[in-house]
Amino acid sequence: MKKVIVKLENFSKNYGEKQVIKNINLEVYEGEFLTLLGSSGCGKTTILRSISGMDKPTSGKVYIDSEDVTDLDPSKRKVNTIFQNYALFPLMSIEDNIGFGLKMKKVPKKEIKKRVEAMIKLVHLEGYEKRKPKELSGGEQQRVSIVRGLINNPKVLLLDEPLSALDLKLRKKMQIELKQLQRKSGITFIYVTHDQDEALTMSDRIVILKDGNIEQVGTPEEVYEQPKSLYVADFIGEANVFNGEIIEKNEKNDVVKINNDVNILIASSNHNLGEKVKIVVRPENIKLIKESKTEKNLCGVIKEQIYDGAFTKFIINIDKLVIKALFIGNDKTFKVGDNVYLKWQVEDAIVVGK
Amino acid sequence: MKFDNKIFKFIFIVPVIIYSVFLIALPLLYIFWISFLKNDSYGGIINVFTLQNYIDIFADVYIKIFLRSFLIALGTTFICILISYPFVLAVSHKNKKIQQILMTLVMVPFLTNSLIRMYGFTVLLRKYGVINQILLNTSLINEPLELMYNTFGIMIGMVYTLLPFMILPLYSSVLTIEKPILEAANDLGASKWQTFKKIILPQTLPGLFNGSLMVFTPALGYFFIVDILGGGKIMILGNLIKNQFLTARNWPFGAAISVFLILITSILIWGYKKIGGKMDDLGGM
Repeated sequence: MKKVIVKLENFSKNYGEKQVIKNINLEVYEGEFLTLLGSSGCGKTTILRSISGMDKPTSGKVYIDSEDVTDLDPSKRKVNTIFQNYALFPLMSIEDNIGFGLKMKKVPKKEIKKRVEAMIKLVHLEGYEKRKPKELSGGEQQRVSIVRGLINNPKVLLLDEPLSALDLKLRKKMQIELKQLQRKSGITFIYVTHDQDEALTMSDRIVILKDGNIEQVGTPEEVYEQPKSLYVADFIGEANVFNGEIIEKNEKNDVVKINNDVNILIASSNHNLGEKVKIVVRPENIKLIKESKTEKNLCGVIKEQIYDGAFTKFIINIDKLVIKALFIGNDKTFKVGDNVYLKWQVEDAIVVGK
Repeated sequence: MKFDNKIFKFIFIVPVIIYSVFLIALPLLYIFWISFLKNDSYGGIINVFTLQNYIDIFADVYIKIFLRSFLIALGTTFICILISYPFVLAVSHKNKKIQQILMTLVMVPFLTNSLIRMYGFTVLLRKYGVINQILLNTSLINEPLELMYNTFGIMIGMVYTLLPFMILPLYSSVLTIEKPILEAANDLGASKWQTFKKIILPQTLPGLFNGSLMVFTPALGYFFIVDILGGGKIMILGNLIKNQFLTARNWPFGAAISVFLILITSILIWGYKKIGGKMDDLGGM
């Protein structure tokens, strides 16, 4: 059993009349990279700020390492925060910035110097010791702010959209760097982002939030391959959604009647006969064929072919329904205007309920 | 708008030049000039060069006045700092609307002439004034307190009048500190006091110096506060200069003291630049 390092218990937060977090329970395990994912206003930053102590919950409790810290001042908590805009101290040199936490703890100067040096080495900022934050680029500043937290050996490092101010290329690079830092240090990371790509690449587990509720918690594979709700399916990656009704239940499969009276098979679900369901199929799982032989397949017209280097994306219209299909490389089998049939494996059809 | 035309630019600048030259530079030059001249017994000025005025400044009686002025000005500055910091930090944590209201309230007293406000203070502070009456009636004291016609009264007047000049520059420099920076300090284990010492104080130093300069310098010279709340018993640089010009009719000596005062202020600003302060930070209110 993995050790629980942070625990939120019946946690709620109100701002005035508005309840932004609605009675959630969450356990974070030691050493994991956990991402809080959601669109803006879903409460993800509020959760982070309650763990760091900058905000107090309206009700409920926060535990860090089994200790109730709900009313503990941020300076006394064994967690550190990385801010979106770095929040480096503008008048201090880089080494003073990094050593600030240790200095506050009255660690001997010699040791501070040693540990600061090690941290600077860790993020490849040798030679920058005496510079001021302003003289560094955004990516460099963020690296300083990350080790400024890491140097204190926190139980948990809290990262509040730390990469959102960087440009795409640098962001991708920093994602990998961060993940490596986390693995090397073994420190638990709780990472807040609205970027689903970032969440999928970096996390051990993802918590998907919606309007102050936890929608789903799971590994990247779980939330992508078995989304519990339409919201999750739609938020993580792209999704083709079909409305259907279960018309037959067999031993291994259920039969779902979807648009145009096409019947498709799905793996046995816990939905009842006659129940209305939504079926999600990921674009990369859809195959296109020119002619349908054995089965009755969905038929549509290719409206658009989008080539972006690594992938070719087809937009297919089935009456009013718009379906996306994704292929690796430059696929020239089909062209705009072709009539095509859609196919997918039974296990690629995910039922997300009503 | 862009003024490429030089003549156009010139027209805009002329009023400022006229103002600066005729109302500031020329009078100051005149003061500087007569400070090296002799006076006659009837208040006139004799065109004879002398350094006597500057030598006279260092007489015991004047040195005492200088020292007293400095102590009062220093004390005023210090008390203003002590009041302003908590106030400004508290205000900066409020929302924008409340901040605006509170800062406007700081400015409101400026709408009334400060001389009148000082007379208002005598109503409060005099022997059987409002404060003493209340204290006597509630039996907190048996005899009226001496709240004015002494240094205490002067300090109250000085701090009251000059406080906004400390609050405003300090407020604008506190605003330059982003909230996440304070949160980061707290997050990294700094107590409130450590955050103040390590983050807030260094970052508000320009504002602090600006405010100190704007409080300290007038505090040396605000003769009307000393006249009213000091009851004419106490003399500071301001009264001394005023008396030399108006009562003693020794303009050259008054001029010499004025020049000396300007010199001290200049040294303070020079010191500020020397320790790395920017002149721009002094201008902004």
